[in-house]
Amino acid sequence: MTEIPKEEYLFKCTSACAGCSSSLVLRYVLKAAGPDTVLVMPACCTSVIQGIYPNTAMNVPVYNVAFAAAAACASGMSAAFRAAKKSTNVIVYAGDGGTVDIGIQALSGAFERRTDFLYICYDNEAYGNTGMQRSGATPTGARTTTTPGGKPDTKKDIDRIVEAHDPPYMATACSAYPHDLFKKVTKALSIRGPKFIHVLAPCPPGWRYPTEQTVEMGKLAVKTGMWVLFEREYGKVTINGPSRAAMIKPLPVEEYLGPQGRFKGISREAVDALVSLARRNAKRLSLEEEGVC
Amino acid sequence: MRQRLAVSKPMVGACGETGSWRVFRPVVDREKCNQCGLCEMYCPDQAINEEFEVDLGFCKGCGICANECPKKAIAMVREEK
Repeated sequence: MTEIPKEEYLFKCTSACAGCSSSLVLRYVLKAAGPDTVLVMPACCTSVIQGIYPNTAMNVPVYNVAFAAAAACASGMSAAFRAAKKSTNVIVYAGDGGTVDIGIQALSGAFERRTDFLYICYDNEAYGNTGMQRSGATPTGARTTTTPGGKPDTKKDIDRIVEAHDPPYMATACSAYPHDLFKKVTKALSIRGPKFIHVLAPCPPGWRYPTEQTVEMGKLAVKTGMWVLFEREYGKVTINGPSRAAMIKPLPVEEYLGPQGRFKGISREAVDALVSLARRNAKRLSLEEEGVC
Repeated sequence: MRQRLAVSKPMVGACGETGSWRVFRPVVDREKCNQCGLCEMYCPDQAINEEFEVDLGFCKGCGICANECPKKAIAMVREEK
């Protein structure tokens, strides 16, 4: 097993909700990145939980920018560091709203310019910071404050949008597998060019489950096949262990949807839509891994 | 350069003592504990150290440690007012 450094770059304690998986993700991202790192943060939960001015819980420089500008800001920052012959890691840490909806043009632009940075999207599948409004990443059938009857549309597949930019490295991760996340961030930072990591971050108040089930929920998402852990390195896909097991024998999807209040009263059609989309994605990825397409 | 920039300084407890949020407090049973370290690994707020002592000044009482403990060595006990 990989040795994880003991140093913490996220001090006790942010004002995140009890059981917040974003704090857990950020803890391991910063452990992997080390002290020579700059975080760029658009408006998201993490930009409001840092602390009360003039104090902050972050022990690395953080630059808080406007929602749509994170990747553009990181582009300039990275160019300046490289011009000064510094190898400082530039990491964008953005929520799903700041990635799939509002920040997508800046993200696309930065990837097209081949900026040397790492973009991490922690995905709680709604705008959690403002009280769980629907985002492009909300899955079918999930109740949010703006879709009280369940979202009728499907989740936007940001991984395939990013893949179209042909980045040298992209991966998905989940907060319930911190070792896997640590390894992926370390690998991403060792590669030059634009990198993307999409992390599933279960959210207790938004998904409406008890706080102690945060890690369990992440594991269930992977084990039921609703979230696939994979890496794409220079176009070559590798599906990671837990997801490989889930593709052979997935748990029933009800075990993942059942404990979540946001899926209460979900219709049979919506469940079928969720499952068929997940199975189709898994099939496509395993074919890509075999080199068929 | 201007003298007064809006720059925050890193410190422990930048958001105050979040332990006051807690309703249930984790209590570690040393007899049952096999020191696997999962509680320390999964704590979002690093309120559990390597000796598996809980920092009650910051523990928000989410209960992830008790839920993930394979030996069920952590019990969540209601805080007395």
